[in-house]
Amino acid sequence: MAIPKVMGTEVEYGITVKGDPDFDPISSCVLLVNAYREDHAGEILWDYDQENPLADARGFQVDGEKYTPNQQENIARNKTLVNGARYYVDHAHPEYSCPEVTNVRDLVVHEKAGERILEASRREANALLPDGAQMLIYKNNSDRKGNSYGSHENYLMDRRTSFKQIVENLMPFFATRQVYCGAGKVGAENRSAPVEFQISQRADFFETEVALDTMVKRPIINTRDEPHADREKYRRLHVIVGDANLSEYTIYLRNGVTAIVLEMIEDGTISKNLALRDPVRAIKETSHDPTCRKELQMDEGRRLTAVDVQAEYLEMALVHFSSRSVDPITKDVLVKWEHALEALRRDPMELDTKVDWVMKKAMIEGFMERKSLDWSAPQVEMLDLQYHDLRPDKGLYYLLERQGRAERIVGDEEITAAIHRPPTDTRAYFRGECLKKYGSAVFGVNWDSISFGVDGEPIKRILMAEPLKGTKAHVDELLESSPTAADLVKNLRA
Amino acid sequence: MRTHDPTRSNPAHSALPIFGAADSTQKQQPRKGGDGEGGGDAEGPQKLAKKGKELKEDMDALVDEIDEVLEENAEEFVKNYVQRGGE
Repeated sequence: MAIPKVMGTEVEYGITVKGDPDFDPISSCVLLVNAYREDHAGEILWDYDQENPLADARGFQVDGEKYTPNQQENIARNKTLVNGARYYVDHAHPEYSCPEVTNVRDLVVHEKAGERILEASRREANALLPDGAQMLIYKNNSDRKGNSYGSHENYLMDRRTSFKQIVENLMPFFATRQVYCGAGKVGAENRSAPVEFQISQRADFFETEVALDTMVKRPIINTRDEPHADREKYRRLHVIVGDANLSEYTIYLRNGVTAIVLEMIEDGTISKNLALRDPVRAIKETSHDPTCRKELQMDEGRRLTAVDVQAEYLEMALVHFSSRSVDPITKDVLVKWEHALEALRRDPMELDTKVDWVMKKAMIEGFMERKSLDWSAPQVEMLDLQYHDLRPDKGLYYLLERQGRAERIVGDEEITAAIHRPPTDTRAYFRGECLKKYGSAVFGVNWDSISFGVDGEPIKRILMAEPLKGTKAHVDELLESSPTAADLVKNLRA
Repeated sequence: MRTHDPTRSNPAHSALPIFGAADSTQKQQPRKGGDGEGGGDAEGPQKLAKKGKELKEDMDALVDEIDEVLEENAEEFVKNYVQRGGE
């Protein structure tokens, strides 16, 4: 039996300051992240002790220096939020890692809450900039000049499933799922063949099949083996192949379908050999063909389109669930997955209110037609970039949404509530509620630990190796019977 | 051209309860003429022409709104948008 697919996303945003010739991304990120204020307002460290980004899932440890900032720098760059998220500076980008959730509907809510948190801090940061300068944030993955930043997904997996099994069964899926979850991009980069418009922001940047790197020579499947949980029992599959999506429908399908396929891998129900002869080539060929008709070379000889490959996975998923119970959200994902594939077969443009790359393409083509522009016009590049702009009044995705041209999955009230409220059914609940209640006594946080500094006593670190413990059902009584952090620590010892 | 269509070939597939079920987001289907699931084939040419006109007006309205918010000096703006690689 597959284990529950606890999941989360980490989105690196693009950042710039308009009207500032001396724009420095790192100091702008620090300004941005620190402009976001929550009530607990404690100075909380991100606890790097538990981290090991150099462990490789294939069973070895890579040489390299582990990043550990000093205390002051640590506090300046890391914020843990009351909704259980981490909001921080990663290299030269602001990054939002949403709290752990148990289902893809909650994932949409929390990823969208992240956009609003970034936008709220952008407005605060702007007030601190000199007149004429304006900070702008983009939820995308590329500056279209060969520089890419990531949007990563994480899924909890059973350690007993070998990494080899994961790689074999996932590679064709990852090379082709972009047909319903790409964010769209004008042009090509990173020495890819020229193209007017392509499906994925990221495809041009993948250069190898499997590796630990995320910044150079990027792999379709990343081997980082850092479970942030009991490593005897779990892996965290760190997915770097996806685009930053704005459409709720697209986020929902992206994570929802991927979770289904991972469940099937754990249960051993991927029965077909869908190996691609050259996955790195296939991911680019798929991205460079917005008609979705390009046939990819399969390893055993036949040729299938990306939609065909996805349809093979869907067919196996339907068989998989024919003998298992299906929860309502998973069922809904299956239905939408099938609808999307059928539409892609008929005419991808049918998805122009659902899938980011199609929404963007339809918008740009409408604009080009009316203005008699071609794909090389600067306004067209601007439309591409501004689709991802986080300002509600300027961002073109939000404009489409306001005009009723973006299909929604969740409601605005849920998203707003998630800015201050952790999911109730994962350890994120304990993390978030501790910050709300004991903020000033919290010393440090990581995904799988929280530590308290109480009245001169040694720092007490509480480990949370089980992502599904620390839920509302588990800890509400404990929290209620612990008015102070000292009480909490005492009650935990008891 | 395509001879292999896996979604059509498996009888077990269509027997499953979810196959062909209504997409629950359809009820939130945004106002927007034209792409309705309700078979365009059955519609007369007049109705299609009307739909085409509505679509165009719809797109015109969108382009007008975009015009109001699109960054000026697009060429310089996109040139200046340079990021460091991340992850």
